[in-house]
Amino acid sequence: MTIPATAESLPAVPERVPLGFARAWARRLGLVAESKPALIGAGIVLAWVLAAVLAPLIAPYPPNATSMAAVAHPTPSAAHWLGTDHLGRDLLSRILWGARTVLTVAPLAVLGAAFLGSLLGLAAGYYRGWIDLVIARACDIVLSFPVIILYMIILAHFGSSAFNIIAVLTLTKAPIIARIVRGLTIELREREYVAAAKMRGESPLYIMLAEILPNARGPLIVDMCLRTGYNVVIIGALGFLGIGLPPPDPDWGGMVKDTYGMMSVWPHMALFPCAAISSLVIGFNLLAVGLREIGLRD
Amino acid sequence: MTLPADSGRVALTVARFALKHVAFLLLTLLVVSFLVFTLNEFSPGDVARKVLGAYATQEQVDILTRDLGLDRPVLVRYVEFLGKLTRGDLGTSTRFKVPVKDIIWGRLGNTAFLAALAFACIVPLSMLLGIVAGMRESSALDRAILLFSTVVASVPEFALGVFLASVFVVALGWLPGTATMVAGGGWSVGSQLILPVAVIVLFDAGYVVSMIRASMIEVMQRPYIRTAILKGMAFRRVVVRHALRNAMINPITVILLQINYLISGVVVVETVFAYPGFGRMMLEAALFKDIALVEVGALVAVGVAVLTQIAGDLAYMLLDPRIRT
Amino acid sequence: MTDEPILELDHARISYFTRAGEVNVIPGLSFALGAGEAMGLVGESGCGKSTVALAIVRYLGRAGRITGGRILFEGRDVAGLSPSELREMRGRRVAMVYQDPMASLNPVMTVGRQLMEVPMLHEGLGERAARARALDMLAEVKLLDGESMLARYPHQLSGGQQQRIVIAMALIAEPALLIMDEPTTGLDVTVEAAVLDLVRELRRRHGTSVLFISHNLGTVVRVCDRIGVMYAGELVEAGSIRQVFANPRHPYTRGLLDCLPTLGRDKRQTPLVPIPGQVASALVRPAGCGFAARCVHVEPGRCTSEAIPALPVTGDPGHAAQCVRAAELPPWERRRAVADAARGRRSGPIVLRVEGLEKLYRPRPGLFRSGRAPVRALNGIDLVVRKGETLAIVGESGCGKSTLAKVLAGLETASAGRVEIGGREVASMRVESRPLELRRTIQMVFQNPDSTLNPSHSAGYAIGRALRRLRRTPKGEAAREASRLLGVVKLPTDLGDRKPDRLSGGQKQRVAIARALAGNPDVIVADEPVSALDVSVQASIINLLNEIQASREATLVFISHDLSVVRYLADHVAVMYLGAVVEVGSVADVFAPPFHPYTEALLSAVPVPDPDAQGIRIILEGPLPSATDMPSGCPFSGRCPRRIGAICDDTPPPTREISSGHRIVCHIPAEELTRLQSAAPSSPSPTR
Repeated sequence: MTIPATAESLPAVPERVPLGFARAWARRLGLVAESKPALIGAGIVLAWVLAAVLAPLIAPYPPNATSMAAVAHPTPSAAHWLGTDHLGRDLLSRILWGARTVLTVAPLAVLGAAFLGSLLGLAAGYYRGWIDLVIARACDIVLSFPVIILYMIILAHFGSSAFNIIAVLTLTKAPIIARIVRGLTIELREREYVAAAKMRGESPLYIMLAEILPNARGPLIVDMCLRTGYNVVIIGALGFLGIGLPPPDPDWGGMVKDTYGMMSVWPHMALFPCAAISSLVIGFNLLAVGLREIGLRD
Repeated sequence: MTLPADSGRVALTVARFALKHVAFLLLTLLVVSFLVFTLNEFSPGDVARKVLGAYATQEQVDILTRDLGLDRPVLVRYVEFLGKLTRGDLGTSTRFKVPVKDIIWGRLGNTAFLAALAFACIVPLSMLLGIVAGMRESSALDRAILLFSTVVASVPEFALGVFLASVFVVALGWLPGTATMVAGGGWSVGSQLILPVAVIVLFDAGYVVSMIRASMIEVMQRPYIRTAILKGMAFRRVVVRHALRNAMINPITVILLQINYLISGVVVVETVFAYPGFGRMMLEAALFKDIALVEVGALVAVGVAVLTQIAGDLAYMLLDPRIRT
Repeated sequence: MTDEPILELDHARISYFTRAGEVNVIPGLSFALGAGEAMGLVGESGCGKSTVALAIVRYLGRAGRITGGRILFEGRDVAGLSPSELREMRGRRVAMVYQDPMASLNPVMTVGRQLMEVPMLHEGLGERAARARALDMLAEVKLLDGESMLARYPHQLSGGQQQRIVIAMALIAEPALLIMDEPTTGLDVTVEAAVLDLVRELRRRHGTSVLFISHNLGTVVRVCDRIGVMYAGELVEAGSIRQVFANPRHPYTRGLLDCLPTLGRDKRQTPLVPIPGQVASALVRPAGCGFAARCVHVEPGRCTSEAIPALPVTGDPGHAAQCVRAAELPPWERRRAVADAARGRRSGPIVLRVEGLEKLYRPRPGLFRSGRAPVRALNGIDLVVRKGETLAIVGESGCGKSTLAKVLAGLETASAGRVEIGGREVASMRVESRPLELRRTIQMVFQNPDSTLNPSHSAGYAIGRALRRLRRTPKGEAAREASRLLGVVKLPTDLGDRKPDRLSGGQKQRVAIARALAGNPDVIVADEPVSALDVSVQASIINLLNEIQASREATLVFISHDLSVVRYLADHVAVMYLGAVVEVGSVADVFAPPFHPYTEALLSAVPVPDPDAQGIRIILEGPLPSATDMPSGCPFSGRCPRRIGAICDDTPPPTREISSGHRIVCHIPAEELTRLQSAAPSSPSPTR
């Protein structure tokens, strides 16, 4: 709505018939369809998820198979739709397989961060006092550390593996989620239904998880969506800097790193992975924009 | 409530604010330096090994480890390290084989230069786009700006670099593909800077625009905007006089935090364009396990981060009279 | 009335265009407002009164549009004005005052700038002249110390001061029409009375026409000459204040008056009559009368077949009602108080005893701040509540009444003093550490229907969970019992599946009451349970509380700022000011002289929807002293209109027992108070 002043004059919410569980979900999906950014974003993300899941079936070649014939002529052809890289590996196959890694690592790291961050944020916002002070300060310290430099130092020391990347992304993103959840919790804990829960003797854990967290989910979901997109960017950047997933498994950032020096001769080798990663992040961010719009309207 | 008492209270608030933040800055620096320092403990032998190379005998490695004092307890070495730092002795880079202070300030200067250029573009650009988009939510212009900012903020810096380079360097040949800060190959330093700055500005402004836009939308829905319009003011005047300052209150901290990103986060752009900056130096140092350089670099980066945070909080206080008292 | 009206609506039709299509909020509204006239527009939320106000200044947002008819301001149709003509009209010819003054003022601009802006914009005045004008205006709205006021930011002012600034801002350009949209909603009654007084005075002095929009019939009586009653976007009745209040001809107007607790009403004499049903959605408009579905006088066919025109009331020129049966309705009689209301019963055993209760909020001692004075929210409260009675705790915002409720409920702990519930000392026992039996004994009903239920849980879950926690009811049985409780609060049992977003405000509050009843409590603490509800809904919730309390012999502690509701519902009343009880007694004692001077001021400030019942007017001036810096004598001394001297400031007043159970904390002896307060009204009291 454009002006809140008119909210009063709009009709009361019409009494709707109770919806079943399935229909409630259908209604939510219907809402996604009402926002164009959400629809496009969801479409892009879904397409990449499908590509990742089906990669073993639809990729024309194994991701690391080299073709001597193609090394000489790596440009797109009937045999290699997107061409090959400088080692003669099929780009399309590597991009599809690359989607698999990035779509495992990025969401896992987000889930980890959401889990850890929610717990910290809930505890800090609900208990306040010294617990809040310690958690908030710890988060501030982690957040004040420039992330990319932190990754460089940690990954350079511990070596880069999918697990290490997930762990580092989880640890560095959790404070952001914790901050969001803490802010929401501080607001929600003053709600009367929380007081009502206390009055019937609920445990703090129940109050945090059943009374507060469900009502923080809207902003949290939007943020997780954005966060996944950012994680894809960071994973790409790490690959590009040479501290990403270890070779030879395909990693979009790494593919660009290996080939962008040859841009003046074979630009397609860097362009296609760049297009892949960009489209995936655009998908996540459009979805987040759309979800926020829907959230505002509902 | 007389005015002198008021200003006295403001002064007190500011003093308390300064004290609190300086304390936090010191605490953060201490924690970070200790963390980075102990990180190296996980692979102490590596340092000597790196220096001596793969063909040195274990004996030689041990001797160097002892010579460097790396076999003593970490806490002792940490305190020693802090003592040296306070005396201005930053140590020697094992990677570049020069004292740390000889390399770090030059690189930091290069990056600061790039950052200043980018920041000078980002702020006016994103303010303009964000305000214009947010003042009329869901107008055609707003949708266009929203789409643009979302898309450019989504494309990773290296991909943006590749895209721009493929057009302006490879296809058109208008600009150089590297920015080594040494005029050569017929390209001036100025022309070298265009692409790196463009990549940083596009990537970062996209994010800042969406922040300002969101804040502006919220402000435009406030009753005091209605008050201003119903005073009979022209829309443009309402936006400039009543909405602008309110809309900048929340994003100002974010905007200033971009300085942090511009100093420490542009390693990717520096790598794409072979720019001799701070980030790339840190990357090399980290990969080479150049402890002295990593250590000091991390402190510098964190110092910049905390200082921008303080600047952000101060700017917030200046814009919003409500938290001054 | 002059011949040429300032404002004339001629079948104005206004719609909002949403995703669901066109929502016709105002189907065709006609009325006129003469120069210098003040008209009140009343109705419950959703009736479209704010839309009318915004349509007059053509500020409906992108979704709203005037789709038919004409809105003539000074003879010109506002729909046809060019942007520059519109700007010329706004602020200069028509000005607006809104609800929530804090939100309507720009938080980052000084008050002075915001005031000066108007004459600089419309009259091209320079800084200096505009500043002089702003200072004059501040004096007119009785804000002292204008110079320093101009330099302040809105957050540095109290709510009453903010509203005065907004009024000054509206009148500074000497507009012909002033539109006030719920200008006093959210302000304390004493502040409200002062603001209404000011409006009345300024309107006389400047000859400004006023369109006064309110949900509160009482405030309209204080300011306006004429009144229009709106229902579902239509003006169902209009006329002079006296005509409409003495002889309401539309069933909805009667319904509004009948469901309103007024100072004279008491639950033992005249029950409140809520209007059945709820406001229908504007998406579907019935063919005939919009009110037919809820009307007790409805005659199917005649009322429901075609649109009803506004019909003049015969023998009452200027009075019209949009009801085909207007002339046939039986005469209406105002329900007035009978002189001596029943005394509160004092029979049952004591279930709740509060002695010397204090609550201090210490500011969090941060690392870098210290030495800030604690806030004294409660400052020595003594109360006794017996089984089966209703004790009302009344006072303005910040008096500590909600803190008291929280301490009773265990959501806060006392700093000193005793609280006994059922003979058990609980003052320092948080609800978490209270044993099950005790938790079950005392339950709470909260104020805000939008926050009382968890939006993620269904109504049935909320009640069932309470049953399981408080009575250890097994799961299957809890569902059955929850349905039964929904029945007790008169809700259909199938509502149990619904989440709060599909319940109306009244329904949510009923679910909250059912949830509180789950433990079968002995004491129910209700903290402003009806203050966020429309009057017709409020009436039904009050009736429900009353009924439940009577049938269960439960004790009700009812926290409220609304003296009319308190007068109606309570057996005993405690009046609080700044953390202290200044007067306590049976409802009949407290609402009759001798009063504590604060009670007296509160009572005279209550807007009464009866043009004949304007009693003694006492306007309280001065700001509420802060609770960190408590006066050493009587807390009320700074604002007390009956202050007798330095003794009030320096010496804590004695508690005087007037009659059994009726106590007043004041330096003035009871006989003297009675004499002063029974004397003829020294009408309008001097305002500083």
